Parts: sequence; structure tokens; C-alpha cells
Amino acid sequence: MIKKVIEALLFVSEKPVTTDEIKQVLDGMEEEKIKEAINELREDYEKQERSFAVVELAGGYQIITKPEFAPWVSKLFKRDELKLSNPSLETLAIIAYRQPLTRSEMEKIRGVNVEGVLKTLLDKGMVKIRGRKDAPGRPITYGTTEAFLKRFGLGGLEQLPKLRDFTEHDLEFDKEDEKLKIRVKKGADENAPDKEPA
Amino acid sequence: MTYKVQLPVFEGPLDLLLHLIKKDEINIYDIPIAKITDQYIEHLEVMQLLDLEIAGEFILMAATLMHIKSKMLLPAEDKEEEAPEEADPREELVRRLLEYKRFKEAAGGLKDMGARQRDSFTRLPGAEAPAAEGVESGFEASLFDLITAFGKVLKEIPKDRFHEVIKDEFTVSGKIHDILHMLVEKQTMLFSELFKNTRMRGEVVSIFLAILELVKLREIIVKQSAPFEEIEITRNPEWQKK
Repeated sequence: MIKKVIEALLFVSEKPVTTDEIKQVLDGMEEEKIKEAINELREDYEKQERSFAVVELAGGYQIITKPEFAPWVSKLFKRDELKLSNPSLETLAIIAYRQPLTRSEMEKIRGVNVEGVLKTLLDKGMVKIRGRKDAPGRPITYGTTEAFLKRFGLGGLEQLPKLRDFTEHDLEFDKEDEKLKIRVKKGADENAPDKEPA
Repeated sequence: MTYKVQLPVFEGPLDLLLHLIKKDEINIYDIPIAKITDQYIEHLEVMQLLDLEIAGEFILMAATLMHIKSKMLLPAEDKEEEAPEEADPREELVRRLLEYKRFKEAAGGLKDMGARQRDSFTRLPGAEAPAAEGVESGFEASLFDLITAFGKVLKEIPKDRFHEVIKDEFTVSGKIHDILHMLVEKQTMLFSELFKNTRMRGEVVSIFLAILELVKLREIIVKQSAPFEEIEITRNPEWQKK
């Protein structure tokens, strides 16, 4: 029953539904149970091979159509286009992983002025002012927005893929992509030991 | 009176260095500084020729490269001791390049995630106007790919031996017209094809600026099938619909 109620909520909602909202609807049902029901719902869709799925997005849950159906769906509905240049994307990546940070901290990594691209990111609502740094001049710090999470299909910042670490073994620069992927995967496992079965 | 308009460049010197390193499949931990410095300065010269705004950071990096180069020429003191504190003068630069490269890769990851999310539809707020959608478009080749390609073309023009006074017969708007005409006859053109019969620097520059302008106007798409492949130019199919 809980599962069906949640399904109904997700079905009608235009934006991600948070567990808090579901809790309200279900008279303070435990969060654990809500999450369990959502997982069941997710598995149901998976088993039935539906054209849509339940995903975690910007701290809530939403039903979306699977990307493989985009060629057809896009014939009738507009896609949410976000065109960002490579410099903008790079700056956005720096902000996403290092937030909150100041403009000069971004410039230190990119090695070039970021004023123009930062303005683009602010205009597009991907980035916002977070506060001020406790340093001389109290410079403004920036961070990503909820719109950023939604636009990139993230439930939260913790879902950002791990930044790749470079080691002395990376001698073959950018050559064998496959190798790199394997190394990245390994790295990810090592960093999540508590999830591994003993 | 002539007005000089400088086009801003949002890519930085680290971008250019990574581009050069990748182009020649150079080992980032053992960069041939002399070679890279020459190539770096060559690219800056081409950018200057195109009136691209070269940020001070580019000049600073050129100075840094030359500084490292000179340091590496000096014989190491106390060779027997092999002092470990005597770090490779390239170390700091390599560290910065790697740090930047991590984020460049992360940006690539974001791009993929964004594309996936773009293809995932959610319930729409009220009645959204249905849209006609075109084919995937985009500026796939990077700025430095274009500059490298352009530098190559420049090298192939014969050097003028006489001082000639020539009427300024090549205009960017004229070249835009030419390119669009050529694309009516042929669907796809190679970057080098556009420069096949050029003999003067002025003409090459006009064609190059015409390409940039057409990209900006979204009338054409500039693509590479793989990094460092020939650059292909096609008409933007979305544009034709209008």
C-alpha cells in the first residue's frame, strides 16, 4: 500500500518528491520504510522492463523516462538543453568538487581568469554565492545549486563520481582508456570498504 | 581608421600545454621542455595573428617555460650526492597540469551525465510547447585544435619574397559567402580543402575567421572524428529548417 501511495505521488509530481514530503503524506511514517518502499518500486519497474524508472534527484525522487527512449519522446517534447562550453564545464567541475571556493581558487587550478565563465554559470543557475571566506578581503565563495544536481542527474553532491588520482603509474598519458577505467574502478572499491562483503 | 577587435579566449595556458602534450603523445612526467616551449610560442603567434586576446597568463606561462628550460640547461650541483631536495624544475608545472587534467576529465564526466539527463524526461509543468528537434549539434573540435590546424595551413603558404601592395580583396563576409556556397554543392568539407588554393596570408586569415563566424552563427558544425584527425565542416541541419 505504501508503495502504491508513493508511486501515485511520484506519478503526478513535476519535481523530485522528498522523503520529508512523503513522510507528511503518510502521517510520519519512518524514513527507513519509505526508502524501502521506493527501492521496491524501483525494482518492480526494473523487472517489468518499463520505459521509465525511479531515480534519486536533487535530494528527492522522481519518475523519468529512460534515455534510450529519447529519440521518440524528443519528437514531441522539448529537451532541457544546456549548452556549456568546455571552459564553463571545467569551471563547473572545479566548483562542484571543491565548493565552497573563491574565484581566485578556481583561477589557480585553471590557470586563467574565470570571470566570464563564472558569470555564465551564475546566469544559467548552475552556481550560486555560498558566502564569504574567512581570509583577507573576505572574498565571496561559490557553490553549485539544486538546479545543477537536477540537470546532471545527481541525487546529491556525494553522488559525484570520484576525482581520478594520478600516480606514478600513469606514465602512459591518455593512451589506453580501458586501463584507466579499470584503475578508476579499483580505486572506487578501495574507498568503499564498508560496503564490501567480508 | 581601423578598429582592432580582440576576441576573448576562455581557454588558458594549461589547456594549450595539455593540447600540445596530447597531440604528440608526450609523457607528462618527462616533458621535452625545449620542444614544448617552441610549440607553445608558435601557437601564441598564430593566436596573435588572429587577433585573439592573449591573456597575461599565457605570457606568464611562456616565461615560466623558458625559466624551466634555462634551469634544466644548468649543470646540477653536487652530482655525487644526488640530493633528493634538488627537485626537477618541471615538477611544479607537472603537478599543476595533472591537477588541472583531473578537473578536465571530471568536466568530461559531467558532460556525459548532462547528456544522459537531457535524454531523461520528467513530467512536464502544464502544457509545454512541443518542439521540433534537430540532429545533435555542437562545437566538437576545441579552440586549440583549430589553431593547430590553422598554424599548419599558414606554414604551407609560400613566403612572399617581394614587397607587394595588394588591394584588400579578401573579406570575411566574402569568404562566408564562398564557404556556404561550397557547402551547398558538397555536404561535408575538410578543413584543409578550404585552404587548398590560397596563397596569401590575408586570404587564409579571412577564411579562418569566416569559419569561426559561421560556427558562432550556428550555420555550420565543425567536427573531428577522433582527436587530432582532420577537421570536418558541415552545414548545421538545424539551421536549414529555419
